[in-house]
Amino acid sequence: MRRIVVVGASAAGLAAAETLRREGYDGTLTLVGDEPLAPYDRPPLSKQLLAAEWEPGRLALRTPGDLAGLDLDLRLGAAATSLELAERTVELADGTTVPYDALIVATGVRPRRLPGEGAHVLRTLDDALALRDRLAPGRRLVVVGAGFLGAEAAAVAWRLGCEVTLLEPAPVPLAHAVGTEVGQVLTAAHLERGVNLRCGVSVAEVTGDGVRLAGGELVEADEVLVAIGSLPNTEWLAGSGLAVGDGVVCDEYCQAARDVYAAGDVARWYNPLFGQSMRIEHRTNAAEQGMAAARNLLNPQARKPFAPVPYFWSDQYDMKIQAYGYLRGHDEVAVVEGDPAERKFVAAYRTGDRISGALAVGMPPKAIRQWRQAIATGASWAEAVRPTVPAADS
Amino acid sequence: MKVELEADKCVASGQCVLAAMEVFDQDDDGIAILLEEQVGEDQLDDVKEAIAVCPAAAIRLVDQ
Repeated sequence: MRRIVVVGASAAGLAAAETLRREGYDGTLTLVGDEPLAPYDRPPLSKQLLAAEWEPGRLALRTPGDLAGLDLDLRLGAAATSLELAERTVELADGTTVPYDALIVATGVRPRRLPGEGAHVLRTLDDALALRDRLAPGRRLVVVGAGFLGAEAAAVAWRLGCEVTLLEPAPVPLAHAVGTEVGQVLTAAHLERGVNLRCGVSVAEVTGDGVRLAGGELVEADEVLVAIGSLPNTEWLAGSGLAVGDGVVCDEYCQAARDVYAAGDVARWYNPLFGQSMRIEHRTNAAEQGMAAARNLLNPQARKPFAPVPYFWSDQYDMKIQAYGYLRGHDEVAVVEGDPAERKFVAAYRTGDRISGALAVGMPPKAIRQWRQAIATGASWAEAVRPTVPAADS
Repeated sequence: MKVELEADKCVASGQCVLAAMEVFDQDDDGIAILLEEQVGEDQLDDVKEAIAVCPAAAIRLVDQ
């Protein structure tokens, strides 16, 4: 194998490229990125960068020296436009064709948008800088979508002195992900600070002076941020023969086809630890899956299923939220440590008869680790959360 | 080799501890702390794994 192409130059693509080199691959290694920038970190975009606490230089994932050490054929600012599986070539937007012996797809996601012009989204450094330029005391910001990204941006804008309105279609923000009770706890942080949260409203379009709700009402704003989720970047794979269905469909080895793997936000793979197919848009998963895909690609005889415990964190106001596992589709939530009213607690999530996730707010790491361990070992709900109390001696 | 940690970049994920428990720990706020600055050959793979999985790119290995 002398030519490996990694399409996508963010966290997953970079991790894949680094791992290929660490594992001894010394052939041509092409890293393709649609943005003109060297790999940079995205989580701070809605946190420190938006708050103007950090400047863009701090987001670089690697120093120029570290990147140079990877001896990459770096193709930045040139999105991949098509894949020819049979020919083993990738076509780029600059008109060049890149041949490969093996391919890793890490093209990530892009924000969903609403009809109408002029709204901000928050995915790239340019997006974040454009929004940051417009945030100032007294400015009216409408955030459409009270998910983690929208909530983080709202918290930053509030701190900068903006008048913030959060619009959310669900009755309780994040309830589908973290459950109603935890969703309410996280929501209370916005309400206490005077953020205007309106739930159960759907936005029809962005207008020149705000957003128009489905019922016709105009919510006025100086700036609008749309944070209503993401779509996997798979259009360039249409007609390639790769299976695409809300992401690039992979097996448990992150393999999509012969000598083709996928990693990061764009990859839908079968996670054997949870016995289901999933697509995870978490920063840590991008790196872990990039590494796993690279290793399996190089060592097909000794390949390993990619069976991680997903992890994400979110910073909102003074809250640090951390979650392990796969919370989506859970059957039950139980507070197992601390007190939600004080915003210091751990909640455990049950799916079927096992513990599938844990979410902590304001808890020390040692209090969280045991729950991660229970999820990683596939512990049953009964043993992890509701241990049988030994009967007292009579 | 010497390990460098930029604590103000740390997001308290604890990924480094999972990768290299002998080299990293976390304080009560979750921020990573270095247990050893100098690491030997036997720990190098674990530290490189920690560098790769750190979601904040807060760890570096420096040749001395």
